[in-house]
Amino acid sequence: MVTIAAAGAPRSFSSFHTGLAMQQSYDAIIIGGGHNGLTCAAYLAKGGEKNGKSKLKVLVLERREKVGGAAMSEEKFPGFIYSTCSYVCSLLRPEIFRFLDLPRHGLQVIPYDINSAPNPEGEGIIYYNDHDRTRESLRRHSIRDAEAYDEYAMEISRHCRFIKRTLLMTPPDPTQINPFVQNRINPWGHREDLDGLLRIGREFGRLGERHMYDMIRFWSMSVADFLDQYFETPRWKGLAAASSIIGTALGPYSPGTAYVLLHHYMGEVDGQIGAWGFARGGMGSVSKAIAAAAEEAGVEIRVNAEVEKVIVKGGKAVGVALKSGEEVYAKAIVSNADPKRTYLKLVDKGDLDSIDPDIHRYARNYKIRGSSGKLNIALDGLPEFAGLGKEAAYGTIDIGGDFDYIERAFDDYKYGSWSKQPFLDCVIPTTVDPTMAPPGKHFMSVFVQYVPYQLAEGPWTPEMKAQYEKDVLDTIELHAPGFKKLVLHVQCRTPWDIENEVGMTEGNIFHGELTLDQLLFNRPFPGMGQYRGPFDNFYMCGSGTHPGGGVMGAPGANAAREMLKDFKRGVVQ
Amino acid sequence: MTAYVEHVKPFLRRTPFHERIEALMHGNHWMRWTGHYSPAAFESVQSEYFTIRNGASVYDISPLIKYRIAGRQAAEYVNHLITRDLSKIKPMQAFYTAWCQDDGMLVEEGTIFRFGENDFLLNAAKDQLHWLEQAAYGFEVQIEEASNDLAGLSLQGPQSRDVLRAFGINGIEHLPRFGIIELELNGRWLRIDRAGFTGDLGYELWVRPADALWLWDRLFEVGRDHKIAPIGAQALEIARIEAGFILIDLDYSSALHALRPSNRMSPYELGIGWTVNLNKPGYFVGKRALKREKEQGLSRHVLTGIEIEGRKPAPGSFLYADRAGKRELGLTTSACWSPTLKKNIAYARLPAAYAKPGTEMWIEIWYHKEHKIERSMVRCWAANRMFYDPPRKSA
Repeated sequence: MVTIAAAGAPRSFSSFHTGLAMQQSYDAIIIGGGHNGLTCAAYLAKGGEKNGKSKLKVLVLERREKVGGAAMSEEKFPGFIYSTCSYVCSLLRPEIFRFLDLPRHGLQVIPYDINSAPNPEGEGIIYYNDHDRTRESLRRHSIRDAEAYDEYAMEISRHCRFIKRTLLMTPPDPTQINPFVQNRINPWGHREDLDGLLRIGREFGRLGERHMYDMIRFWSMSVADFLDQYFETPRWKGLAAASSIIGTALGPYSPGTAYVLLHHYMGEVDGQIGAWGFARGGMGSVSKAIAAAAEEAGVEIRVNAEVEKVIVKGGKAVGVALKSGEEVYAKAIVSNADPKRTYLKLVDKGDLDSIDPDIHRYARNYKIRGSSGKLNIALDGLPEFAGLGKEAAYGTIDIGGDFDYIERAFDDYKYGSWSKQPFLDCVIPTTVDPTMAPPGKHFMSVFVQYVPYQLAEGPWTPEMKAQYEKDVLDTIELHAPGFKKLVLHVQCRTPWDIENEVGMTEGNIFHGELTLDQLLFNRPFPGMGQYRGPFDNFYMCGSGTHPGGGVMGAPGANAAREMLKDFKRGVVQ
Repeated sequence: MTAYVEHVKPFLRRTPFHERIEALMHGNHWMRWTGHYSPAAFESVQSEYFTIRNGASVYDISPLIKYRIAGRQAAEYVNHLITRDLSKIKPMQAFYTAWCQDDGMLVEEGTIFRFGENDFLLNAAKDQLHWLEQAAYGFEVQIEEASNDLAGLSLQGPQSRDVLRAFGINGIEHLPRFGIIELELNGRWLRIDRAGFTGDLGYELWVRPADALWLWDRLFEVGRDHKIAPIGAQALEIARIEAGFILIDLDYSSALHALRPSNRMSPYELGIGWTVNLNKPGYFVGKRALKREKEQGLSRHVLTGIEIEGRKPAPGSFLYADRAGKRELGLTTSACWSPTLKKNIAYARLPAAYAKPGTEMWIEIWYHKEHKIERSMVRCWAANRMFYDPPRKSA
């Protein structure tokens, strides 16, 4: 393995306690007020209080005029609240809900239990949280698929149970099995790595022979190969594959996509694994609640405060320089930005190269391809979808088809264009949430897969964007006749728009692809999977760290836990 | 039906007998069974239970999942699939058997009906068509899901034969246990087999779904003088436990559907090792693993009957070798008070050394008492799981 070969002697962490020469006004500065940055800040402030020590002074710096990043509710059309980026909630860890007391700060997640695929040529496919109802629905297409469904659901549940335990855990580094390897980055390395590996190993051992084989295969398989083991109906397989390509620059036949499926199933609502829900008031409610919890704990949040550079002195991160010219200093600097933005923009190449020239290379080659766009639509009424009953509108509607439909959509993308017939993941939260649109009107969120960050011909032009919007609306119209007549307003966004608005490189919703080479202890880069950056006092807390993307909060909480250990403030669970 | 709210839609299936059952149902004690409405109880579980042991009980078994297996090599396939030796089973016979995955873990156990040399019907509790088809690779055989082709009633109890006699089934007394007959009655096709889930004298009656209400009405008409009454699943459950039958998802999980691998079990561990014939010619699915388990004594435990002091039912209770509860032995699965035997009975997963009838152990029972939960540690003894086995069952 390539450890981060620091130039010179192993670094010491005593600087935390001896103090630096220059003035320090904060214990920690968090760059970026997305949900993970806010979670990290709240955990630091709340968790740092323990053991009679004084509260940590934490500052969150947000570039935009309000916090939330990609979990944002905005009124883009009068009377309609859009969840502008992320649109449904499941992954947010219940432990975080509880520790930050988010319900008291106004967060309410309402589960829904329908997922469907319309079909303009016949009967659509619909499935429910209810087992018998799903079986009844599937058997209309294929009795074999209906019968195989239970076994499939059990395999997914087993993978979820296994991975769930690792979510709020610092990913142990297996290279530390070698007692002579020195972990230069994590002072608590070795021992905790071995403990963690032992814990995971024990869980793995409990799976039994048959399921161990299954699990190892699952992590690297393509979703097409995985689903072919169970099902035969092409449209049903296409629907089941939906979760494995969302936000991913891979097609259903690409190896590694099976894991992405799991990433969308491992969440829960009230203990029901795999369930998804709507945040009342849109996804901005999540950020708002976490921000409120953070502020209550004493965190200072500054908006309109764009960080331009991380100030590094002698291999130590000591502060940040704002675009306004102001410099703010702290004992620890935490980046909630994605790895590419962090190491290619916020950090000076010279500073990186003086530590280890490999890091710049890792950052350059980090896979964070923009592949998804978004249409937020205000509707005059509830659309009806081809081949489905009216209840379909009450859950996720996946417009697509079989594997080949999705792969063809991927092909367009591969060669530098948006999918002419895209795969669309649609929800209409206003079927459940009365607060987001006037009575009888609806907000529809349309997640578009695949859309490139840049076109083969060059950057996006307004004409291209208009054509892309038209292709998406045409695809919806085909699957929901009469849909276009209901449209009041459309907010159309390409990955380029998302990057410019939210700051995520290429608009990648996960802060980097969720493929095995970029997961666990390898996320974001080899040797840096434990929330510590290459400099002393420098940390990462965004979705580019374990366990990865989605509105989960786990990276933020995990990073805070590691920092509190370094601060000798005890451990928060 | 008017849909007031678009996303609220009743979806459970109705069996062909639904109309009659619904008319008798006044406490809304419905439960689900393979996606159908099925009665859990009508009015009194106690009187329904005594109908099974004293009269003639009627229970709708139409929701059972049914697979039809036919084709040139159907017999070869079934023999390859199951643990029992099919050569001992003649046409027009039903038989109880287990079928396993290749690691010897039970997929399910249940009744298979053999109508002809190569004509079978398999009754199951869980969906498994995809798996049965995988296992059929290389055999010239057709497997089809036929759950909705038949409507069935289970007629169980000491008076069940009298009811059938009154129904006009001549020679019913000559039908041996597990025998099958098919006949025409009032121009309607009827199949009767002598099997059931109660461990009592009893029969199962199958008709075409269109004739279901005719069957129900006629049966109750002729049965009026023979103490006939409908029952729900709760009463059946007591009779089931007394009879020593195991139930999927309670006593074990199917190897296909177990979330935790420790809940997958072998026939030996479930105490149905008698269904495994390691000496039958040729290979059957799971043979290698089962042979190894038997020869090397690899079974983790055996599901044994226990009789418990006192009368607190003990489902999910831990058993110990000592009163102090220091040495844990195992866990109970099914449990109930037996109204016929006047005994507190249960099934327990026990080490083989403790499974010998009469072995004394301790059991920790938590039970509701008014508004709280109390604990008692009492004695229990291993027993034959077939607690109740009246001679009339096979007479």
